[in-house]
Amino acid sequence: MAVPVSYYVILSAIVFITGIVGVLIRRNIIIILLSIELMLNATNINFVAFSNYFHNVAGQVFVFFALTVAAAEVAVGLAIIIALYRSKSSINVDEFQLMKW
Amino acid sequence: MAQLFFFYLAGIIVLTSILVVALRNPVYSALSLLIMFFHVAGLYVTLHAEFVAAVQIIVYAGAILVLYLFVVMLLNLHREDRYHAQFPLATLLGVTILTEVILLMLQRGDSGAPVATPVIAPPTPAIGNTEAIGEVLYSTYVFPFEVASLILLVAMIGAIVLAKQDLFEQKG
Repeated sequence: MAVPVSYYVILSAIVFITGIVGVLIRRNIIIILLSIELMLNATNINFVAFSNYFHNVAGQVFVFFALTVAAAEVAVGLAIIIALYRSKSSINVDEFQLMKW
Repeated sequence: MAQLFFFYLAGIIVLTSILVVALRNPVYSALSLLIMFFHVAGLYVTLHAEFVAAVQIIVYAGAILVLYLFVVMLLNLHREDRYHAQFPLATLLGVTILTEVILLMLQRGDSGAPVATPVIAPPTPAIGNTEAIGEVLYSTYVFPFEVASLILLVAMIGAIVLAKQDLFEQKG
């Protein structure tokens, strides 16, 4: 009994929305970056599920590109976090309101 | 049987992704994200994407998450943070979007919309998953592949420039 593809889409939507809520409600920058990882993983689940559904390998290739972007984002994001912590010795997003209008 | 596996993996994925957002200690959040990565890799194996599953474990669990844990322990945070002030707004938004998505998908499944028939690819039993990915990656998607390497180079240089203290001050 195969699993219908809509189940994968619903699972991916739930994980993605968890990531959105995490970005919105948490104050810790590290948790915000982890939530972004959650969202990227949700899109990867969609890619692989549709790749299996259409019998097309291109979806799995796009997972690699998403993975590349995730790795680059993690490296730059963590470097920014270290630079921020060095300047204010805090990683609470409420402390960084230099550009707040 | 396949559905049983799917529901086990999906349940753990949803549970751990909620724990990532809800837990207060960043180390616990990162560790529950690790469990989520392993179960997503299991989901890829059930979807016949074995190579992506291996790469998921090696890159995400092996490299990215270690980097997170390294930074969490480097910063050595003791202050526990509470939720942001926009918590009710965020939950309202999230619940709304989730119900919208689920309603849309349930409607689309029953209506007479053109159902995308799965294209039956020529069966290639001799070629494994890894080989098929390699062939597509180096023929059709060779230009995005090069661009991806450029992105990695830029990220590497950017991370070094950002994280290194007084990199430019020594020269001037």
